[in-house]
Amino acid sequence: MFLIDYIKDVAGGVKSLLTGMRITGGYALRHHKEKLTQQYPDNRDTLVLPERFRGEVIMPHDENNEHACTGCTACELACPNGTIKIITKFDVDEATGKKKKAIDTFIYHLELCTMCNLCIEACPTNAIKMGQGFEHSVYDRSKLIKTLNEPGSKIREGVE
Amino acid sequence: MPGLPLPSGEGTRVRFMISLESIANSIHEWLYSTFNETVAMLLEFTIIGVCIIGLFAMLGLVLIMMERKVSSWMQLRLGPNRVGPWGMFQTVADTLKLIVKEGMTPNGVDKLLFNLAPFIVMIIAMVIMAPLMFAKGLQIWDVNIGVLFITAVSSVSVIGILMAGWASNNKYSLLGAMRSGAQIVSYELSAGFAILVIVILTGSLKVSDIVLSQENGWWLFKGHIPVLIAFVIFMIAVTAETNRAPFDLAEAESELTAGFHTEYSGMKFALFFLAEYVNIFVVCALGATLFLGGWMPLHFGTDTEFNRIMDYIPSSVWFMGKTFFLIFVIMWFRWTFPRLRIDQLLNLEWKYLLPIGMFNLLLATLIAIMGWYL
Repeated sequence: MFLIDYIKDVAGGVKSLLTGMRITGGYALRHHKEKLTQQYPDNRDTLVLPERFRGEVIMPHDENNEHACTGCTACELACPNGTIKIITKFDVDEATGKKKKAIDTFIYHLELCTMCNLCIEACPTNAIKMGQGFEHSVYDRSKLIKTLNEPGSKIREGVE
Repeated sequence: MPGLPLPSGEGTRVRFMISLESIANSIHEWLYSTFNETVAMLLEFTIIGVCIIGLFAMLGLVLIMMERKVSSWMQLRLGPNRVGPWGMFQTVADTLKLIVKEGMTPNGVDKLLFNLAPFIVMIIAMVIMAPLMFAKGLQIWDVNIGVLFITAVSSVSVIGILMAGWASNNKYSLLGAMRSGAQIVSYELSAGFAILVIVILTGSLKVSDIVLSQENGWWLFKGHIPVLIAFVIFMIAVTAETNRAPFDLAEAESELTAGFHTEYSGMKFALFFLAEYVNIFVVCALGATLFLGGWMPLHFGTDTEFNRIMDYIPSSVWFMGKTFFLIFVIMWFRWTFPRLRIDQLLNLEWKYLLPIGMFNLLLATLIAIMGWYL
């Protein structure tokens, strides 16, 4: 029946509109508890960012100045716009005398990075992750090209 | 005659020593006893004009602030919070900035129409204020066709918008203005039908009569089903008539940059902006008068203790409270619903609101004849 469909149409429309208004009205009532905005320059010292915030790619080092990067270049291949460049070298294992591939320099172009997270997903040893730092302004573009492995660092024992 | 005392409501018991009505009446009497009739009348016109301009300025500041705060609440943001406590003086700062900006007239425009359009829109918004009843006994012009006057004059504002769009000599402005024209012309019908429901139940077009008829309960409660439907239709139609989201096709930012006021800057732009907010205030005040009893306190039945307690709240507070509640609802619409396409907009009007409004009018007539309202 045309009339029944018509009335159903109107009722359904009104219902969906009211659902939307209930959601935004709820937000308006609870906004003081749930607001998402950070008062950034004021709360710079106490700023807590969400866990999944992507500021820059970092490579964590432990207290012995060791990282987990094997130099497999999976991140370099995964990067869609050539942000990462890995220069590898060969270390000689002291115990066995065998040659082993290792990183010499992990170059990260922050100015090209779109924070897409693909390199972190590609890494088989969780050597790199997304850091929380976001204050990246510099006066010289060359300062945005970063070396992620610290000088004198080497790969952690047992990471293959 | 402006400022004339009204026949007071018979059932309103509590009389305040200082009310807006008594202030207005004493000014009126002092003017007419001090000066001769013509001078007194001219002085009265001037005072009312100054009051209305002051009200406009206040409304502009308060409503824009309210809009920005309400939108920030609904989007879980903070909103303006830098200028003054809770950012209250943000709109004052914005207004100062707009005043000192250059009022530019582009080369290719029709200069006369271009400069005239914002004033036409503004003056029409001012004229609609005349029959509104701001508090008990506080009304500029209690004309016996008040509601008709408001609906008739408010539809003239489309001329100002079309004028601005045409004079801008810009295809986006013209498109925005044409859309606005189509929209205002079609939604006026259903707004009219919704208003007619109350006129039928009251039997008068006079604003003061309509308010007094709600002494024993607001029409929204007394008139049950037909008035409830009329109220919903009225709110939808006036949202469309004031060109606000979700019906803001006239200035659809994403499609037409800013619609009919693309070429305007500085104070001329501010006048359009102000007129939009004043129009919202006027239609919400009309809605409050028709459906929620205007300045009439919340009454149930006659002569109860509850009514007496409610009478202690001043009538101007009642009126402003109801009006600002309806304004909040319209802002709630804006920050909840996505914008309609032009075909959806006209479908909604001609296939849904208009037929429902017509049947509702028949139903209301039946109820008025049979006396089935409270």
